[in-house]
Order: sequence, then structure tokens, then C-alpha cells
Amino acid sequence: MTTTAQRQTYGYADLPRLMSVMTGDEKHGPAATSTLDVVWVLYDRVLGVTPETADSPGRDRFLLSKGHGPMAYYAVLAAKGFVPVEWLDGFGGFDSPLGHHPDRTLVPGVEIGSGSLGHGLPIAVGTALGLRAQGLDEPAVWTLVGDAELDEGSNHEAIAFAGAFGLERLHTVVVDNVSATYGRAGGIAARFEAAGWSTLTVDGRDHCALYEAFCAPHPGRPHVVVARVEPKFA
Amino acid sequence: MDTMRDRFAPVLTRLLDEDPRVAVVLAEIGLAPFAAAARRHPDRVINVGIREQLLVGAGAGLALSGMRPVMHTFASFLVERPFEQVKLDFGHQGVGGVLVSAGASYDVASGGYTHMAPGDVALMDTLEGWRVHVPGHPDEAETLLRHAVAAGDERVYVRLSAQANQEALAVDGERFTVVRDGRRGVVVAVGPMLDNVLAATEGLDVTVLYAATVRPFDAGALRRAAGVADAADVVIVEPYLAGTSTAAANDALADLPHRVLGLGVGRRELRRYGRAEEHIAAQGLDAASLRERIAGFLSS
Repeated sequence: MTTTAQRQTYGYADLPRLMSVMTGDEKHGPAATSTLDVVWVLYDRVLGVTPETADSPGRDRFLLSKGHGPMAYYAVLAAKGFVPVEWLDGFGGFDSPLGHHPDRTLVPGVEIGSGSLGHGLPIAVGTALGLRAQGLDEPAVWTLVGDAELDEGSNHEAIAFAGAFGLERLHTVVVDNVSATYGRAGGIAARFEAAGWSTLTVDGRDHCALYEAFCAPHPGRPHVVVARVEPKFA
Repeated sequence: MDTMRDRFAPVLTRLLDEDPRVAVVLAEIGLAPFAAAARRHPDRVINVGIREQLLVGAGAGLALSGMRPVMHTFASFLVERPFEQVKLDFGHQGVGGVLVSAGASYDVASGGYTHMAPGDVALMDTLEGWRVHVPGHPDEAETLLRHAVAAGDERVYVRLSAQANQEALAVDGERFTVVRDGRRGVVVAVGPMLDNVLAATEGLDVTVLYAATVRPFDAGALRRAAGVADAADVVIVEPYLAGTSTAAANDALADLPHRVLGLGVGRRELRRYGRAEEHIAAQGLDAASLRERIAGFLSS
């Protein structure tokens, strides 16, 4: 596809407007935007992937495991040019590639289809193993899970294995809006730390803090960033 | 005779040597025979521990990264326990891989129901695009394993079993084979059921088709065989849940008046241990029981 007009660029300030196209709301509560800052900082400053390299073997991968409420994710993908902004209009419609849970076969730049919780982290483990087996040591694999999503046992299979294995190119960001009914005694990071992960817990709205946590070195270990945002049921 | 499962690690070890895309994912079970392969290919022989959701999920991740994953454990822990991973992480993601199970319906009869998976093929049947091999002999297993791994990015399920026929047949991973010609009906024997079916139909004037690949179902072969018989009476003898292929046979014969009898393993839990042979008899799948059931159906 060729475009004669230069692609319009969007910034962080445009994201609420892009989300409004999908939600119909002028303003969004914390729940709708819990992942917004994390996803933005990743795509804006951390991930080595662009619309042009979205199929390149050497790209960084971002696997959205928490597929519920993907408006913030779609808004960022549109802002960064992975999908046309016009697609946002049809959100959830029969003819739209943008559903309420993403489908990787329909949306450029989307690495996995998600919606059923607890699938992204195990798939990310396999992706990191696969890149390693092909000698692709550079690409980072990122996955985003919610704090309540960690209720799913499949995550704990992946966390335990990745820590013991020392799967260094694997990165997880847990968006913690305190939505798990039973919480996590001892804290989220402690679970990962006990399994051998490098861990950092930061303010999930603070772009500088997120960036630093995302870029922190973690030799020989997978890395988790717990991004705390406003409680869902405040 | 060695078993199909004895062939698994040697065949995959050669494929690991030959093809850098191939990766084997294990969950402790079946690990020991891969020791040499793991030394040569430490990044491509992966043991995730006793974690079957991760076994399948990580296999899908390997596929997404461009590899050809082969995942192996007992059928009950490969297909039934992580079924949603099979459904979503392969089918919904649109990637391919090879699931290779051991244990079948009652290979580990003394282990009881926890290690029996008569429903595995029926479960896979709810999903799109899976090729299903049910080899009837270790040589066939070897051929079909190679076929499965070489099948591009196809999704393939290979069901290995300790139960086997005396002689291997030539298998191509696609079609049913005509083993015997007759006029009064058609008996389809799936994988390890062939010897019992041949013994059961000795002297009966029936066509015997052999199926080592059941999905996709070779509708053409069944139509041809049923079309030339005096009556389109079809019996399907499967080593897993009875009736698993009955709908496929009915679809194949939709434009022909026909009858189909599906024989296989019943749903009822027997709560018995013992040996596989005892379960085969208890399910009415030994040669004498099969003869009675097949002859009774054809003469009714």
C-alpha cells in the first residue's frame, strides 16, 4: 500500500479522543484506562517494533494477555500507525476487525488473540524460547496481565518455569488495579521474586517511572514490572 | 515388538538433527529417551515440568516465533486437561503444531480412569483444521510422525497406542486403504483395531477399509466402497469413544440410503484396572464380540 499524504502522527494527548470513538464517552474512568499509560510508554519508548517491522523476525513482541477492555490498546495501535484510525469507528461491529477481545489474525501488529485470561504469559514463554532457539537474542518479549488475571493457574505454571529457567528475554507487566477478590497476600512482586524473577513496582501513571522500570537491567532473569493504578472498586 | 511410543524419541531425535525448526516440548513424561537429543539441541528439547497448560501454551509461542513444535504427554494430559490451550493457543491464534499422545484409551489400564482418554479424538473433532493420525503399528507411527512434523504449519494430532496390529500397512497420512473386498457391507477399522476386525470378519462377505488417518475423514473411500456394496451398511470400529466418526460417515453417504453402526469405547466408566486386553474385551472390541456385533448388524 502506498500513501501520498504523510501519515498523521498522534501523541499521548490524542489517546482519550481516539478511545472516545470506540466508547462513545467523552471521559473515561480509571478502569477503561488502567492499561493506557503502560501500553503507551511501551509503544512510544520501549518496544522495538513499528508498523513497518510488525512481521520482522527481529521485532520486539508485545502480547496483550488481558484482552478485556482493549480500547486503550487499539487507541495506541492507531496512534502509532499499526491500524487506520478509521477502524476505531466500527469497534465491536460484525464487519470490524476490532472486537472487544483482539484477534491477531485480523489486526496488524497484534501478536496474540486474547480474551480468555491466563493465556498470554505461557505463550510469551514459548515465544521467548523460540526466539532463543533461533539465535534471535535481541528481541524482547513483553506480556501484559491484570492483577486479577493472576488468579488463573496457568500463569503460575509460566512464572515458575520462566524464573527457574532464567528466561531473560521475557518481560511481564502486571497492571494492578487491585481487582482480584482475594488479593495476593505478600504482594504481587513477591510471587515473581520467589520464583526467581527480577521485579520492580512503580506508579502505573508515571511515565518516567514506568520507562525506567521497563528498561532496568535484569541479567539472567525474567523481569516483571508491577504497575499500580487506581483501584477498580474504589 | 517395540511400541509406537518407543519410536517417538528416536524419530524426533532424527528430525531435530535434520530440521532446525523442530522443537520438542515435554512435561516430564517421556523425557528420558530424549537425553541425547537434549544434549545436542538444548534449546529445542524443552521440559516444562509437570505443567500441561504451559506445555501447550509454550508450544504455541514456539510456533508463533516460527518453530515447528511437537508436544507430548499422555492423551488425558495433552488434550483433555489443557483443551482450552489447544483450542485457543493453536486454532484461534492460527498457528500449527503437532500433538503426540501416549496412553490412548486404556494402555495404562492398571492406572485406572485418570490415565484413560477414550474421548480425545471426539474432543479434537470439535475444533477446526486438525489432522488426526491413529497409527496401527510402530512402523506406521514412524511414518505418520514424520508426515506430521513435515506438514508445514498444519495442526496435527498423533495418537500413539500400545495396542498394535501384527503387520504394518503402507500409510500416506491421507487416505483409507482397501484391505479386503466384499459385497454385503463395509467395515472401517481404525488403527490398532484392524487385526481384531480382520479376525472378526473372516469369511464374511464385507469390504474392510483401514484408516490410520481419521481426520480429515476419507469420505471418498467410504462412498466408493459403500456404493458398490449390495447395501450401504457401514460399521466403524474405533479404538476410542464409540460413534466418534459416525457423523462423518453419515455426511459422506448423505446422498445414499445407508446405515451406520459405530463401535468403540463406551462412555460408562467401568472402574476396573487390569490389562488393556481385558478392557478391549469388556468394551466388546475383541474379535469374537466384534464378529457377533458386525454379523448381527449386517443381517438385521
